[in-house]
Amino acid sequence: MNHILKLENQSVFIIREAYRQFSARGRSASGGKNVAMLWSIGKDSTTLLWLCRKAFFGKIPFPVVHIDTGYKFKKIYQFRDKYTQKWNLNLIVCKNQEAMARGVSPDKGRLECCTELKTNALKQLITEEKFRALYLAIRRDEHGIRAKERVFSPRDENFKWNYKAQPPELWDQYKIKAKDEEHLRIHPMLGWTELDVWEYIKRENIPVISLYFAKDGKRYRSIGCEPCCNPIDSNADTMDKIIKELKTTTISERSGRAQDKEKVYMMQKLRSLGYM
Amino acid sequence: MDSNQDMAIIKEKENLKFVIVGHVDHGKSTLIGRLFFDTNSLPMDKIYEFQQASRELGKGLEFAFLMDHLQEEREQGITIDTTQAFFKTQKREYVIIDAPGHVEFIKNMITGASQAEAAILIVDINKGVQEQTKRHSYILGMLGLEQVIVVLNKMDLVNYNEKRFNQVKKELEKFLYSINIKDQFYIPISASKGDNVAKKSINMDWYKGLTILESLDFLKTKRPPENKPLIFPVQDVYKIDNKRIVVGRIETGVIKKGQLIKVLPAGQIIKVKSIEKFSEDVNESHPGESIGITIQDPIFLERGNIICEPGKELSLTDTFKANVFWMIKEDFKKDESITLRCATQEILCKVEKIEKRIDSSSLEVIEENSNKLKNLEVGKIVIKTERPIAIKTFNDIQELGRFVFVKGNDICAGGIIMGIE
Repeated sequence: MNHILKLENQSVFIIREAYRQFSARGRSASGGKNVAMLWSIGKDSTTLLWLCRKAFFGKIPFPVVHIDTGYKFKKIYQFRDKYTQKWNLNLIVCKNQEAMARGVSPDKGRLECCTELKTNALKQLITEEKFRALYLAIRRDEHGIRAKERVFSPRDENFKWNYKAQPPELWDQYKIKAKDEEHLRIHPMLGWTELDVWEYIKRENIPVISLYFAKDGKRYRSIGCEPCCNPIDSNADTMDKIIKELKTTTISERSGRAQDKEKVYMMQKLRSLGYM
Repeated sequence: MDSNQDMAIIKEKENLKFVIVGHVDHGKSTLIGRLFFDTNSLPMDKIYEFQQASRELGKGLEFAFLMDHLQEEREQGITIDTTQAFFKTQKREYVIIDAPGHVEFIKNMITGASQAEAAILIVDINKGVQEQTKRHSYILGMLGLEQVIVVLNKMDLVNYNEKRFNQVKKELEKFLYSINIKDQFYIPISASKGDNVAKKSINMDWYKGLTILESLDFLKTKRPPENKPLIFPVQDVYKIDNKRIVVGRIETGVIKKGQLIKVLPAGQIIKVKSIEKFSEDVNESHPGESIGITIQDPIFLERGNIICEPGKELSLTDTFKANVFWMIKEDFKKDESITLRCATQEILCKVEKIEKRIDSSSLEVIEENSNKLKNLEVGKIVIKTERPIAIKTFNDIQELGRFVFVKGNDICAGGIIMGIE
């Protein structure tokens, strides 16, 4: 089995393990509603969605959540609606209406904007829907803080990530029980690299947003909200060219993402407040 | 090693995971930074970020900052939690797992090391064998890590002295032999100066061996256990489109459409009707594959069942000997019931005997026939489960020879099965 297939099989194993432990099957009429997946519509979470379809033979038994800040690229919304229909997804669009009404925006402060429109939007949703576990497509090679994560990572009722006391994980045995007020972040793709993701997208022919492919000498390598994302110089307009580019690049993936850059420990601060 | 094997290593496009362990301040994070720096694995903007963070703390470029990303880690110069990073040589891709050296974070070290296929044990040439050197080595042995590279760091601080190197090497050889670790290489290095990390040192003419980078390329990746009898632990059962699909991951052996399988613990023998993978047509599956199967007869299957081959089945047992590493602050008391998880099997058990309580650092026996285990202690114990389960000794089949104990909501110990009664 080659490296990419090993990753795929391991991710499917993790997805099924979390579903088994945290879905509410047999306990509530609503099916597996205690579990959900976050879909930012970017390449990683779209890959995770693909892996979930594999794990459940094409029928994902839980909702897929899009946290909508209102600042996303237009193409993101188009892509989302197309594949929600095509893959028959149970989509929940999650917005922090109150903060949006207050006019929270990146120019008034990025830490507040990310925290309000992403983290707090998600907090409200979790409180409402009582999710016990959330699948996320974060990877260790994206950021040094994410490299410290566990596959099953608990958050307390205030969403705090207690990175000083993470539970042990060994031999594919994870923290499968949580206190009522906690929820678990499940990271099935933690061990993938950016290059692995693109090689898998190519192998499986997974649809991704066109923003990743170069146009007029620029492409996006990482996608989030439009005002806080910058494209990189690139002529990679096909999957093969992107893969080739990644093999030789000296720039890191999230170099175009403002929330990593503003201050040295911005990402740690965001994450300790519950950010993804 | 002959040239054919050499070629095999070059062609290997797998990535190999190794962990760096050792006592606090012996230079783990610095070595990792050096490896990245000298193999040009650091993106430009990351180097800039490290410079910025180092400057804010009034330090020069700190290699350790590459892995130590938490503010507390950088300010205090320690590693709190395990982390992983990627780099490649011309021959292979590597995942480096950094493990904290402080005794308080030992469960993080175990989390990191349990995912590795090999280890680098780093020892400060000035300090020699220290508390965590011993404890980490013992844990490596317990986790079944068979490939260990020993590096003696900070050679620059002893003027690259050969005599000192041989002295510490001897001390380590004796110790590692006593705990059954097969050390493969001893390499004198300076992580901060770069001697013998990626480049051969010009300061140690007397050393004729490999650099760390060269020695890494000699390590072998783990081969999937195909030649062993089938073990397919049931993870879950789904009902999809009127089909009951039994899902799980093949641990060892091969499963084929149409073959007879035996389901433990009840022992029913049934036929595999189909192998299920989403939008794929499959007739057989191999170790590491997450698959589903459907079966011909309508028998009840559930998580924790172990599927194997009739005639080559595993034996069921409720009593066995194990070594466990206790890793939470609360003591374990012999009278309490505890949950054991081995593959997908989960069962209550009692510890019938704690034959020995061992200090995981000095490796001395603290007490025989004890009735408790404390944090960081190893126990040689006898376990009795509520019902018989399917297990193997760790030496026989690792996948069914290792387990965790769970107390409340958390994993509190890891163990390996030494003997079945």
